[in-house]
Order: sequence, then structure tokens, then C-alpha cells
Amino acid sequence: MRRFYMPYALWGIGSVLAMAALTAVGLIRPWLLQQLIDRVIKEQRFDELPYWVFGVVAVALVRGVLNYSRQYLGHVFGQNATLDLRNALYDKLQYLHFTFYDNAHTGDLMSRVTADVEAFRMFLSFGFVHLMDIFFMTIFSLVVMLAMNVKLTLVTLASMPLLLVVVLRFERQVHPAFTRVREALAALSTATQENLYGIRTVKAFARESFEVQKFSAHNEEYLKANLFTAGLWARYFPAIEMLSNLALTLILAYGGLLVLRGELTLGELVAFNSLIWYWIWPMREVGYRINELTQAVAAGERLLEVLDHPVAVQSPRAAVRLPEMKGHVRFEHVTFRYQSPRPDTREVTDHPALVDINLDAPPGSVIGLIGATGSGKSTLVSLIPRFYDVTEGRVTVDGVDVRDLDLADLRRQIGIVLQETFLWSASIKENIAYGRRTATMEEIVAAAKLAQAHDFIMETPNGYDTIVGERGMGLSGGQKQRIAIARAILNNPRILILDDATASVDMETEHEIQVALRNAMKGRTTFIIAHRISSLKHADEILVLDQGCVVERGTHEELLARGGIYRAIYDIQFRDYEEQRARRAHGNGGCC
Amino acid sequence: MGAGEYRTARELHNRRQPVLSANADRFYYKEERIFEKPFDWVQFKRLAAFVVPYTRQVLLAGLAVLAATLTRLAVPWLTAQTIDATLEAEVRFTRWTQWLEPFDRPQRLAILVGLMLAVHVVNWIANHERIRLTNWVGQKALYDLRTRIFTHVQSLSMRFFDTRPAGSILVRITNDVDSLQDLFTNGLINVLQDLLTLVGIIAIMMSMHLKLSLVVFTFLPLMLFVTARLRTRVRHGWQLVRIKRSRMTAHLAEAIQGVRVTQTFCQEEPNKDFFADMNVDFRHTWLRVQRQNAWFMPIVELMSALATAAVYWYGTRVLRSGDITVGVLVAFATYVGQFWEPINRLTQMYGNILVAMASSERIFEYLDTKPTVPQKPDARPLPPIRGRVELDNVVFAYEEGRTALDGVSLTVEPGETVALVGHTGAGKTSIINLLSRFYDVNEGAVRIDGIDVRDVTLESLRRQIAVVLQETFIFSGTIMDNIRFGRLDATDEEVIAAAKAVRAHDFIMRLPQGYDTEVRERGSRLSMGERQLISFARALLADPRILVLDEATASIDTQTELLIQEALARLLKGRTSFVIAHRLSTIRNADKIVVLDHGKIVEMGTHDSLMARRGVYYGLIQAQFKFLEEA
Repeated sequence: MRRFYMPYALWGIGSVLAMAALTAVGLIRPWLLQQLIDRVIKEQRFDELPYWVFGVVAVALVRGVLNYSRQYLGHVFGQNATLDLRNALYDKLQYLHFTFYDNAHTGDLMSRVTADVEAFRMFLSFGFVHLMDIFFMTIFSLVVMLAMNVKLTLVTLASMPLLLVVVLRFERQVHPAFTRVREALAALSTATQENLYGIRTVKAFARESFEVQKFSAHNEEYLKANLFTAGLWARYFPAIEMLSNLALTLILAYGGLLVLRGELTLGELVAFNSLIWYWIWPMREVGYRINELTQAVAAGERLLEVLDHPVAVQSPRAAVRLPEMKGHVRFEHVTFRYQSPRPDTREVTDHPALVDINLDAPPGSVIGLIGATGSGKSTLVSLIPRFYDVTEGRVTVDGVDVRDLDLADLRRQIGIVLQETFLWSASIKENIAYGRRTATMEEIVAAAKLAQAHDFIMETPNGYDTIVGERGMGLSGGQKQRIAIARAILNNPRILILDDATASVDMETEHEIQVALRNAMKGRTTFIIAHRISSLKHADEILVLDQGCVVERGTHEELLARGGIYRAIYDIQFRDYEEQRARRAHGNGGCC
Repeated sequence: MGAGEYRTARELHNRRQPVLSANADRFYYKEERIFEKPFDWVQFKRLAAFVVPYTRQVLLAGLAVLAATLTRLAVPWLTAQTIDATLEAEVRFTRWTQWLEPFDRPQRLAILVGLMLAVHVVNWIANHERIRLTNWVGQKALYDLRTRIFTHVQSLSMRFFDTRPAGSILVRITNDVDSLQDLFTNGLINVLQDLLTLVGIIAIMMSMHLKLSLVVFTFLPLMLFVTARLRTRVRHGWQLVRIKRSRMTAHLAEAIQGVRVTQTFCQEEPNKDFFADMNVDFRHTWLRVQRQNAWFMPIVELMSALATAAVYWYGTRVLRSGDITVGVLVAFATYVGQFWEPINRLTQMYGNILVAMASSERIFEYLDTKPTVPQKPDARPLPPIRGRVELDNVVFAYEEGRTALDGVSLTVEPGETVALVGHTGAGKTSIINLLSRFYDVNEGAVRIDGIDVRDVTLESLRRQIAVVLQETFIFSGTIMDNIRFGRLDATDEEVIAAAKAVRAHDFIMRLPQGYDTEVRERGSRLSMGERQLISFARALLADPRILVLDEATASIDTQTELLIQEALARLLKGRTSFVIAHRLSTIRNADKIVVLDHGKIVEMGTHDSLMARRGVYYGLIQAQFKFLEEA
């Protein structure tokens, strides 16, 4: 993490120096009171009074400037370092390859980029300074106290270890308790969230009281966790307070005795009473500060895990440029194995996701892919834009291995519509132009029209300027899908990948989207994944996949004639249609 | 710029206003409002009502606070007495210490130190009780409030959930309630403690020396005024920071979720520009607030120093005249130092109360919402039904002016299957929503076995109607739990029998722990088809007379598709069923096909009779086939 804070170390040093000076100047205050009592009052030097009184105000002024500086400098230090850290993390997250995201949980990543960054910042902004101040306070005050009276110093400091022990014990117990509270709250929100997402099901089965019971159980655990933590506070906090008070009483008792014996002046005793706080406070805080340091270190380690994660898929050094591709895609003996859980089924297996795939898609051809969940369809197409790199064999575009191509050249000329549509919190216009912000309004409208999206866009409140996405206007699944299609074709890609683009839309909408897709496919090499034969029928070649292997391939007619799996699927989906046609041929059944 | 490169604070620093890049406006995240409401007495009383059940504990806590405060204030006073009665060259007694005169100095010291120890012990116990009781009361009250709001939300009707995203409801039940934590656990008791402390200090000082204390008090209003002013400014500043932070978090979450899209479209660099702008703006806002915030402590210290200087200056003069002792002067100096803490906390608490007002306003808004399908006070349970359903000239609108059903009449005999067909928005879903009484009709009536659904209890009605939604919701728990949701008292055998009947048993047994496999809504390992089968089993277990089914549209692989068609036939058998159908096979097998358009029934009949009519239905079916035949 050095590279983030070292460039701004001067600010940090400034803050620490200001803190040291602040603490040192603070020690003048008890001394001023001492002088007031011992000199002005006892020795009757009333003419000196104005100087001491002025001293009080002057100290406050100097301390004010120092206090301001140490805070502000610390914050500049922390903010600058975290700004760089955030930008570096964001850069990393933008470029990390798909495999990383397949294994990462959004929640975990989010807690790193928010909570861990915050822990790091807090430590830089003031945690570190406060930690240093523990040394300043104890050492500076020790010097002053020793100078005043060695015996009293030693006696009062003797009570400090006990305080320290209690404080450290508290720190040790309170953190697991906090964790328990956090976990209980997380469980409570998860349960509530689930209830709210499934509220229709709950209502449909009249299960409200059952849900209240479930909620109460979580609520109770949260209550218990909170009460347990409060119990720790109740036990330790007054005890710590008590021990601090004891130290003060000890000073009064022993110091009083010394005053009576004439070994200490009254002013010194009063000053001691203030000085001892320079020990009590650090003792009370040291546990907290050390914990803050450990957390910052742990946070730093978690952040480094992300920052140091290698970006596996990158443009090679001497990349082949291909600014104008034709779109000829070939798979040559491609075998692919996921390194960890499959993104779709979350299963970990040794079985390769793709086994020895050969495929030739000349420019403008349409390749259809069909097969059960987990058969390897999505994996196959994700090798073309290099979302993953092949384990064996190679994938070529226009005869060049994709691993040798300039990544931007490759991806810019591939349009992809995924099954789950992701739209950004931005206007519809920005969403369509996501791949190329410089696109003109005419181009955007043209793409939207081609994707059959223009009409419904015009019906939204602000047309193309309507904000969509999570926080914007709700769109139906079919509408989102069509915006995604427009987004994919805006760049006029040579290769188009449609991964189950008609999933999650109803019968009527599916029809409209299929029209949109048919428009989009014209003149592009297209890979289309679908469950419905009607979407694949016109493909130049259809591949039937099962457990990563091509089990059947050919055109629609060839596959029907073969009588294999494809035929079986066809029969299930088109029973009605065939029947209908037969009836029509016989001239009955109400059809012409 | 490329992978591994990023811009630094040094590069981006600009003292006045950050310079934005060309990509600064590519995403849009709404800025929330500042969450603070003026103090509202009515709301405050409603909140206080949650503490009323624990009055006894509150009173005890009050006593503990009193004891803790008094003992705390006694310490400087005792110190002063010790100085005057034992340590001074010329001892002085007050009427409190007169009785110590017979003892010699070390004895007096020992007695006074012993007294001080006793005071500390009382303070210890009082503090312990204070913390224990206030937390107990506060947490209990929050627990009650949380249960109350959750139970209330459960009782609300679908209309409530339609208009609000689940996330925003969640925030009220968890975050808004939690933001009252401070107020409930420490808040009010702390206010009491701080007021007591202030009054106590003032009283002690005045009893020690009236004129000297009056000199000190002249600084009090100034202290209050300056702290309150600064606090308000700083508080607003921090709120701005929080708002900016939540925007940044929103973008980060989206950037992570959408990273595949970003990489697909090579938008890494423009996104980095956007984020860097956001980041710089955040730093800028933070430091601007910090420039104000950093004045807070210095100014407070200066005020306090001025008061101390006054004590020294004037106090020494009074001392010279013999009116006060050194002990009193020291006590004054200590008390002046203790002034600022309660003042600071009180102003802070004021800010907390304003934030809590906003939260409680949101909470009460929910608690005051009434269910839109209320249960009549004289509602009776629906007796076991045969399953005759009648829609009598039903008019229904989700919101005013948006008619969803416009005079629909339909009678379904027990055991019949009705397929509802029509475009999106034609009124299919509205019909099934009215059956389970998720909503109430605006005109007309829905009757089951001749009984108006509005006359019976909601629970008895919904128990006899099973609903299978398009998207099956999986609760976290085992597969067994999920199926049992249909009937909570079903035995394991009954659950398994239901799963077997709908052909779900085989795939369940293939899961690692069979019926005991843990599943959850997100990241669950079940495919769409499998989820559908589970919801069939759920419905079958409930064994309803009426079944409502919104067929899934998502592509399901062919194997599962076959299973589902088979399971569906079993599920529908012998029950009155309403199906929003997407599969031709389901539609064709229906006893009655109802074609809806713009909230009206346009055609009704069997598949064959409707095909013969060559009307709307014929058109819909043809459109499907035409697509197949094209080119």
C-alpha cells in the first residue's frame, strides 16, 4: 500500500508534527495553574497575574492553530491517498477478467471497495496520528511529572497497568460482540428482504403469521446480540471510569501527604491532577487504537488481494491489429475447462465444459446452438470475444488466433446480447450509445428502430432521455432486451452473439424480438443460442451440444431427417403446429 | 491510459472546483435529499409511547443517572474541601467540613480520601445500572417497533407492494428503525444527564461564590450559541458528504454488476473517467467540510480558555480579598473545564433528534397505511368450497383512470380449466389477482360458490386457492421447507408424495443432500424448470379446490419441458383452474378459452369453436405459426 500514501507522506508528517506540538503545548496549561497557585497566590506576586492569564489565552490560540493543522493535514493526507487507492481499485475492477468475477461475490467486493477503503482512510487521516499521540502524551507528561516529583510520579503510574489490563480485556471481548451484532443484523435484513421479494407467494398462501414468526426469531437474536454488547459496556465502562478515578484519588492521597510533609507544593499537586490525564487517556485508548491499526492492516491486505490480482486476459504486446474484420470465425480442436465453479451452474467438476470443438463460420453465416442447461453453449460463444481463453486448441477470427489480436479491435466488432440484460442508471440514449458515446442521435434512433425499440421508447415520459436502470423507470424484460439489442448493433459489429435473447419474455413479445433479431442478423456472422427451434431454424449450421460435446450438427432439415435429439425437441415444440398443418391439408378443423 | 494506470490526486487536484471530464454525465444517480426534519412534538410523543411499557425501568434509569451525575460532580467539590481543610497552610472549613476540626491533618486527609473512594464506588454502581437499564429499555423498544412495523407491513395489500421497490421497504424496517437506536438507548437519558450536569455545576458554583460564578456564566450563552451554530453547519456538511458517498457506492455496485457489459463494449477507460470525476468531487466536498469542521475543537477550546482566564483573573482578586479559598479556585477551574462536554453533547443530540424525526416520519407513514383490501369486521371463514367461480360484471382499475377490467362476466363450474389469452395488459393477470383478493373490484363482484370474496376472511379464502406464479420464489432453507410452504403441517412423506406426483422427485434426489439440500433465491443451483416443478409440488401439497397458474415463459430445456407438461396435467385435474397460458398445449386442453383485449372479454369458447370463428384467437394462433413458416 506504500505507493498510495508515500507520495503524500509530507502531509502525514506535518499532521504528526502538529500533533506532537499540540500535546507539548497542552502541558503548559497545568503548569500555568501551578504557577498561579504557587507564585501569584502563595508568594503574593499579584503583579504577575496578567501574564499568567494571558498565557492561558495564548496557549489556547496556539493550540487552536496546531489543532486545526493536524486535523486538516491529516485529512488531506488520507483523502489524497484514498483517492489514488479508489482510482487504482476501480481501474483494476474494470479490467479484471471474467473468471475473477465468476468466483467473486458482489457483496464481498463492495465491502472491500467501501468498508476496507474507509478503514484505510480513517487510519491515515487520524488513526495513525492518534496512535503516535499515545507516545507523545505519555512521554512528554512523564518528563514533566518526573521533573516535579519522582515519588508521586512512580506511585500514580503504578495504578496504570491495572487500567491497561481491564481496557485490553474489554477490547478483546467487545469485538466478537460487535461481529455478532453485525451478523445478526445481516441475517435480519436478509430474511426481511427475502420476505419482501417473495411477498406475492406469502400472500397467496396466507403465510403472513408464519413469516412474522420467522422475523421474530431473527429480531430476537438481534436484540440479544445488542443486549450482550450493552452488557459488556455496562460491565467494563464504569470499571474503567472507576480505575481512572482511583488514580486521581491516589494522587490526592499520596500527593496530599507529600504536601503536608512539605515535599510538594500545592500548585504541583493540582498540576499533577491534570497531568495524570495524559496517562489515563492513552491507557483507555491504546486498545482501540491498536485495534484500528490491525483493522487497517487487514483491510490493506484484502485490498492488495484485489490490486495484485493479475489481469489474465489482455492484449498481447505485439498485438495484431484488425480494425476492419470480415467476421470469419473458426474453432480448431477447442477444449475448455473452467478453473473454478462454472458461472452458470456453479458446479465444480473436472469434466471440461467444452471438448474438442471444431467449427467454421464464414463471414455472414448463422450458427445455431442448442442443448440443455450446462451443455456448453454459452461457454462456446464466450471464447470468441476472449471472455475466457481456451485450454487447448484455438479460436481464430479472420485466420488470426484471438489471443494474438488487439483486444479492443476484437471486442468492438463483436455485438453481444446476453440472457440477463443489464442496463445502466442512465438515459435510454446513453444506454444504447454505451459502446460509442460519440454516436449521433440519428444512429441511435436507427439502431433502436432496427431493434423494434423506438416505438416504446417514444411512449416513455422523456423519450430517449428517460432514465432507466435500477434507480430509474421500470422497463419490462422484453423492453430491456430490445434496448440491449439496439446497444449491440449500434457499433455495426461484424460478429453478433445472441445468448438466449428471448428468454423471460411472453409469447407476443417474443415474436417482436425475433423480428428485431432477424433484422440485426443481416450481413453479420451470427451465433445464436436458443431453446426454441423457431429461432434456430434458419441457421446455416446447427450444433446440438451435450456435456460439452457436439452430439449432432447440420442444417435444420438434415437434423430433422436424422431423427436424433434435435428431432425429439422439434416434436415436443411443434406437435400442435404439425397437427394444425395436417388438419389444414385435410380441409377441416376450421382452418382454411 | 490503460489497464494498470490511474490518475492520482496530484494530477487531479484543483483548489477551486474539480474540472470534469467529458464522461462526467454518462450515468445518472439521483442525489437524495438531506434527511432531517424539524422537531415534531406529535411524532415525538408517538415514539415515546414505545417506551411506556418499560416505565419502571426508565424511572430506575433516571435514578441511576441522578446518582451518577451527583457523584461525578461531587469529586471536584471534595477535592476543593480537601485542599482547604488539610493542605493549605492556613486551613479553612466550610459548614460541610466543620466536623473535621478535631482531627489532625493526615487524619482529615484520610477521611476525605475515604469519602472520595466511597463516592467513586457509588458512581461505579450507578453508571453500571445506567448503561444496563438504558440499553435494555432502548433495545426492547426498538425490538417492539421492528416487530410492529414488520407485522403491519405483512398485513398490507398488494397495492402497497406494487408501488414500492422491495429495497425501499427494507430500508425502513432495518435502517430507519436502527437510526432511532441512538435516541432510544442513550438519547433521552443523556439529555437528562447533561441537563443535570449543567444545572448541578451552576448550582455548586453559585453556592461557592455567586459573583465569581456569574462572571463565568457570561460565557455560557456565547459557548452555547457558537457550538450550536458550528454544529449545524458541520452537520449539513457531513450530510452532503454522505449523499455523495452513497452515489459513489451506487455507481461502484453498478460498475461491478455491469462489468461484463463494460468489457464487452470496451468502455473501461470512459468509465474510469467518470469514476475519477466522482472521486475527485468527493474528495473536494470532504475537504471543504473538513475546513469548517476542523475549527470546531479550536473554537471550543478558545471559549473554554477565555472562561478559565476569567476565573483566574477575577478569582485571584476575590481570593485576595479573602472571600474564597484556593480550593474553590481550583474547583472553579475544573468545573469550567466540565462545562463544554454536556453542551457539546446536547447540541449533538439535537442533530440526532432531527435525523431521527425524518426516520420516524417514514416509519409512521408505513404504520399509518391501511390495507386496501380490508377484512370486514363481520367476515366469516369461507366454508370448504366446491370451486364454482363467478365474475359478475367486474370493473377494476389499478389506479384511477387506468381501467384494467371493464365489465367482465364469467362463470366457471367446479373442475373446469380456463385458459386466459391475450396481449400484455389485456387483463389476464388482473383476473387472477381478483380471485385471491389481492385487490378489490371497483364495481361488480367476484363470488366463489355464490359467496362474495369480500365477505369472508382473507386467510380462509387464500388457503383454498393455490397460486403458481410465473417466477417461482425460492425461500432460503431446504427443498423440503420450500415445498412445505404450501401446507405447514404436512409430514415429510406427504411432501415427498407431492414432489413425486409432479415429477420433481427425481431431480431433487440428484441434488447433493436430496430434500435437505439448502437453496436460496440468489445463487441457487436450481434451473427455471426445476423451480417451476417445486412450485407445482407446493401447490399440490396445499391441495386447493381452485388453482391459479401463471405459466412460465422462460425458455426451459426440453427434458424439463416434458416433465412440466406432464406435471401440469396432474395438477389441473379435478380442480377449478385459471391459467394464463403460454403453451399451446395448455390452451388447447382447456375447457374454456377466454380471450381478453383491453379489459374486455372478446371471445370465449373451446379451441375448435374459436378457430372456427376466425376471430381474435385465430389471429393470435396464426401469428405464431406464420413466424415458423416464413422464409
